[in-house]
Amino acid sequence: MYRIIKKEILNPATTSMWIDAPAVAKKAQPGQFIILRVDEDGERIPLTIADTNPDEGSVRIIFQAVGATTLKLSQKQEGDFIQDFAGPLGNATFTNGLKKVAVIGGGVGCAIAYPVAKKLHRMGCEVHFVAGFRNRDAVILQEDCEKISDRYILCTDDGSAGKKGVVTDALKELLDSGERYDEVFAVGPLIMMKFVCDLTRIYRQKTVVSMNPIMIDGTGMCGGCRLTVGNAICFACVDGPDFDGHLVDFDEMMKRNGVYRDWERHAYDETCNLFKGAANHG
Amino acid sequence: MADQQKMRRQPMPVLPPRERVHSFAEVARGYDESEAVLEAARCLNCKNAPCVKKCPVSIDIPRFIQKISQGDPEGAYSVITEQSSLPAVCGRVCPQESQCESVCTRGIKGDSIAIGRLERYAADYHRKSGNANPSAPQKNNHRIAVIGSGPSGLSCAGELARRGYEVTVFEALHQAGGVLVYGIPEFRLPKNIVKSEIAALESLGVTFRTNTIIGKTYTVDELFDEEGFEAIFIGSGAGLPRFSGIPGESLCGVYSANEFLTRTNLMKAYLPDSSTPIRPARKVAVIGGGNVAMDAARVAKRLGAKDVTIVYRRSEEELPARREEYENAMEEGVHFQFLTAPIQILSDVKGFARGMLCEKMTLGEPDVSGRRRPIPVPDSDFIVDTDCVIVAIGTSPNPLITSTTDGIITNQKGGIETDENGMTSRPGVFAGGDAVTGAATVILAMSAGKKAAAAIDRYIQNKKEA
Repeated sequence: MYRIIKKEILNPATTSMWIDAPAVAKKAQPGQFIILRVDEDGERIPLTIADTNPDEGSVRIIFQAVGATTLKLSQKQEGDFIQDFAGPLGNATFTNGLKKVAVIGGGVGCAIAYPVAKKLHRMGCEVHFVAGFRNRDAVILQEDCEKISDRYILCTDDGSAGKKGVVTDALKELLDSGERYDEVFAVGPLIMMKFVCDLTRIYRQKTVVSMNPIMIDGTGMCGGCRLTVGNAICFACVDGPDFDGHLVDFDEMMKRNGVYRDWERHAYDETCNLFKGAANHG
Repeated sequence: MADQQKMRRQPMPVLPPRERVHSFAEVARGYDESEAVLEAARCLNCKNAPCVKKCPVSIDIPRFIQKISQGDPEGAYSVITEQSSLPAVCGRVCPQESQCESVCTRGIKGDSIAIGRLERYAADYHRKSGNANPSAPQKNNHRIAVIGSGPSGLSCAGELARRGYEVTVFEALHQAGGVLVYGIPEFRLPKNIVKSEIAALESLGVTFRTNTIIGKTYTVDELFDEEGFEAIFIGSGAGLPRFSGIPGESLCGVYSANEFLTRTNLMKAYLPDSSTPIRPARKVAVIGGGNVAMDAARVAKRLGAKDVTIVYRRSEEELPARREEYENAMEEGVHFQFLTAPIQILSDVKGFARGMLCEKMTLGEPDVSGRRRPIPVPDSDFIVDTDCVIVAIGTSPNPLITSTTDGIITNQKGGIETDENGMTSRPGVFAGGDAVTGAATVILAMSAGKKAAAAIDRYIQNKKEA
């Protein structure tokens, strides 16, 4: 069992938790992920590590309550325990020798982009951070990201915070103004990463994306997280989660990630009703 | 018992096929007392005991069978556990027909003794009796780490614990048992049996640490330097599923057998309230002909598929699966397309599998494996109607440990190289099971774990003397 040391509601849909997991905290590098189960008989879900505090032995996860499991997790309070928490899994994001990087975060993807940007910043790399959200209420980690970025560009779909528009608009502006990068690192919804890659292909900017497919074991055993990169089948858990975005078959990935969408919706609604029922009777 | 009767073995009571295709309940129900005693009475108690020589873990078979015929199944259990850490598992999943039972003297003129069924009877008797498990012996204060809680790891851990070692087993998943819990289906090996075998090891003093991925959470070097272990056994299994490389293998509705079985067995997707789903399929095609292919096909049937077809590129004769598993699958209505190889999995507009293009094969000269090589028949393409394809063509060793540990030599296929004692190229690090051999059987892995335990014992004793 793993204790929730600290819980923060970042916005109505997004929760941050620090979990007591010293062995994971000691080892985790930006870009790696963990697999957790909320309770006995729960499903295993992967979440990318948002931050670590090795001295305190804690690992930070940031997630949106989009499915039954994340909804259940979001209902847990400080001091509560979760059943399983295993990691760190996957490879660390490659940062060696990078001097100037554009980091693109979409929505809760900013939570994954943040530790990578922080590491780059600490090693003296120039960081241009483009953060995109639906609207002002969805914005997370603005101050944290500003602190470790040489330029921080906030955009929202409706213009209620920062620039109006999507991350690719902001990135295109940067590129058109003559900015060039050793690498573009993008993490967020698949469709966003796909469009970032379509854009950077034109500008010949090497682009790395962090993939988060459906996974079970996270150690290479099940092959459920496979995706096509170039002409090869790769497993996100052991070969990734970072891949050359210009080689990833996003269309296939979007289909694969949607396999259980109807089921997930149903399970989410059921769990919602369960909590509502508990609230009414409790 | 009349001589004529002594020629025939007691049949195993099984759930009828019609009933079992709707249920994950164990198919083989096990002998009752009178069946077990009758079967045990057939044993000739041969002096030279050819069966013992054929047992990978050298169980004293005639002695435990005598105990059963004398009405002492608990005594039989004790005899078995002198040599084996997992009797209830082995009695169910060992290929006895090609091991102990294949050389049984009774088998020359009639049926060989049903050794596996008797082993299972003794182990099940012990479990149901509630008799105490053997307790932990005096500790010798030497700490050994075992990586992986599958058959080789459990066997190694049990053997070392009986010799007084303090053993910690590290498991990457949330539950101990390895392939016994994620791979082998409930109807062949109920998970509560694996749990009680693990509980027996815990009462011997073995500690289990789940959610711990060696190579990630800790490296092998950290186990030595920071955690204070004196020797390590790697039994991490043959993890990575192979795909055949044909177009369409990443379509929705295409699974590795590992994923399909893990969702069902470990994550219990077959239960109505499971939080891990598996998409219902109408027509399932399974590629491959081994035991795992049979397991996947039988699971698919139970999950409600109308039609399940195993597609195998060689003929019935070369089928690598155990005869018993093949027969079980046939009884349950699984179809077989022999001499058939897939060329491409076809897609619908939404990216789901909706058929598999195949071609007929014919058998040519034997290849390196000694089996006749399948050769495509020109212009023999045809489409197998399917909305779910399960790829069961084997696995390759998981590189998580070898890629993060210096000094462990692997072969071309990624298997760990060991000497005759199971020691790797790195002193103090031993390995066994599928991580060394590639995919094999539970009992071979157990045998490797047991041999390595003896070698670890010698290694520690030698170190003390040095």
